[in-house]
Amino acid sequence: MSDKKREKMEEMKAVWEASGAPLIQVKDLEKHFDDLHALNGVSVDINKGDVVFVVGPSGSGKSTFLRCLNRLEEPTAGEILFEGINITDKMTDINLHRQKMGMVFQQFNLFPHMTIMKNLTLAPMKLQGKSKEEAEAEAMRLLERVGLADRADAYPNQLSGGQKQRIAIVRALCMKPDVMLFDEPTSALDPEMVGEVLAVMRDLAEEKMTMVVVTHEMAFAKEVASRVIFMADGKIVEEAAPAEFFENPKTERLQNFLAKVL
Amino acid sequence: MNFITNFADTFYLNFIKEDRWKYIVDGLGVTLQVTLFAVLIGIALGFVVAIIRSTHDKTGKMKILNWLCNIYLTVIRGTPVLVQLLIIYFVIFGSVRVDKVLVAVIAFGINSGAYVAEIVRGGIMSIDAGQFEAGRSLGFNYTQTMIHIVLPQALKNVLPALGNEFIVLLKETSVAGYIALEDLTKGADIIRSQTFSPMLPLLAVAAIYLAFVMLLSWLIKLLERRLRNSER
Repeated sequence: MSDKKREKMEEMKAVWEASGAPLIQVKDLEKHFDDLHALNGVSVDINKGDVVFVVGPSGSGKSTFLRCLNRLEEPTAGEILFEGINITDKMTDINLHRQKMGMVFQQFNLFPHMTIMKNLTLAPMKLQGKSKEEAEAEAMRLLERVGLADRADAYPNQLSGGQKQRIAIVRALCMKPDVMLFDEPTSALDPEMVGEVLAVMRDLAEEKMTMVVVTHEMAFAKEVASRVIFMADGKIVEEAAPAEFFENPKTERLQNFLAKVL
Repeated sequence: MNFITNFADTFYLNFIKEDRWKYIVDGLGVTLQVTLFAVLIGIALGFVVAIIRSTHDKTGKMKILNWLCNIYLTVIRGTPVLVQLLIIYFVIFGSVRVDKVLVAVIAFGINSGAYVAEIVRGGIMSIDAGQFEAGRSLGFNYTQTMIHIVLPQALKNVLPALGNEFIVLLKETSVAGYIALEDLTKGADIIRSQTFSPMLPLLAVAAIYLAFVMLLSWLIKLLERRLRNSER
């Protein structure tokens, strides 16, 4: 049954690819936590190869927005089309689509009871039916890329924060996702470890991986982003290419925000 | 000298004469049998209940099952195990002939399940929500995330408490004599009633319980250490 669903998904993906529509289309997204309106009608298109940075003050809804994209947070209203499929529809099997949306968390969330290699190969083997050899070869290739091949048999507790986050990125990449979602990936890191994680992300951006990044690293956003979105009070207040965004902010909200963080 | 000959006489009377040691050995067999199968039932039942309850806590689903589990936990943990044993033997199986060992296994298994359930639920809820989200974000469904990611970690955390529960269970089976099941304790009691010399049979039985509890504690510690090593 799952194979049938997967086939159907691939079919619809082909239709979407032919149509040239954006990779992710968000329409009037709302998320309410009881009385708190974390998202108040967010609409945005994310195209293939985009590197979209989402910035804003804390409580602006940027993390909620990101977590709604793969429905870790269930949106209250609105639509998200991913590769042409409405994944907010209760009838879609979100688990299939999540396999194509890698996510990296602030707290890494590696599985502490497994070796690094097991962390990386669990999902590809169980969900994509890869053989152990196949999954391990792919994991090893990616580990080499981030310079951690020698830690394959270590446990997460034996790694530094920066190493853990690079492994977390690799874990998501092992599923060969079509988009990578980063939720403040460097916020829990000691300052001297931020660089090594940003380097991996820069690498990904250069390879044209589609990325949505929630971050406070403004200098990095300026350097890597193709577009920067400014959120406040659960809305997108301003959106522009990085040069324009940082040099020539239009709204007063963004001007104030940039004055504080730059 | 007097003491030693006295002891030898009492020992002979209580254990050797008329093969009375067999009461102890057979009783031990019954006690271990009841404990082992009750533990298995307890684990199975406890895990099912724990998973239902924590699924309800996490997602708000399974309302009716959660309600049933709550009743089960309240009733079983709110009444003495001896009363439960008597009810199962005299009321539920009152009109049918049924193996007493089986009755004891069912009673102690159902009882243990309630305690195991709360231990395991505590373990599941203690796992960071981020572990769950990481599993789901990779595309695992709720059940797969539980099986591959949450339960192995939860189990490791609750192992000492689970071990303790099984030690308690081993000792609790000593009330099985109330339904005339000839377990270890009952064995000593039978000898006492035949020889009118209570000290040796009861001390012997106490020593046997103690030995098994110490053996279990040691095994659990060993297992714990092995599991912990795998993370360092």
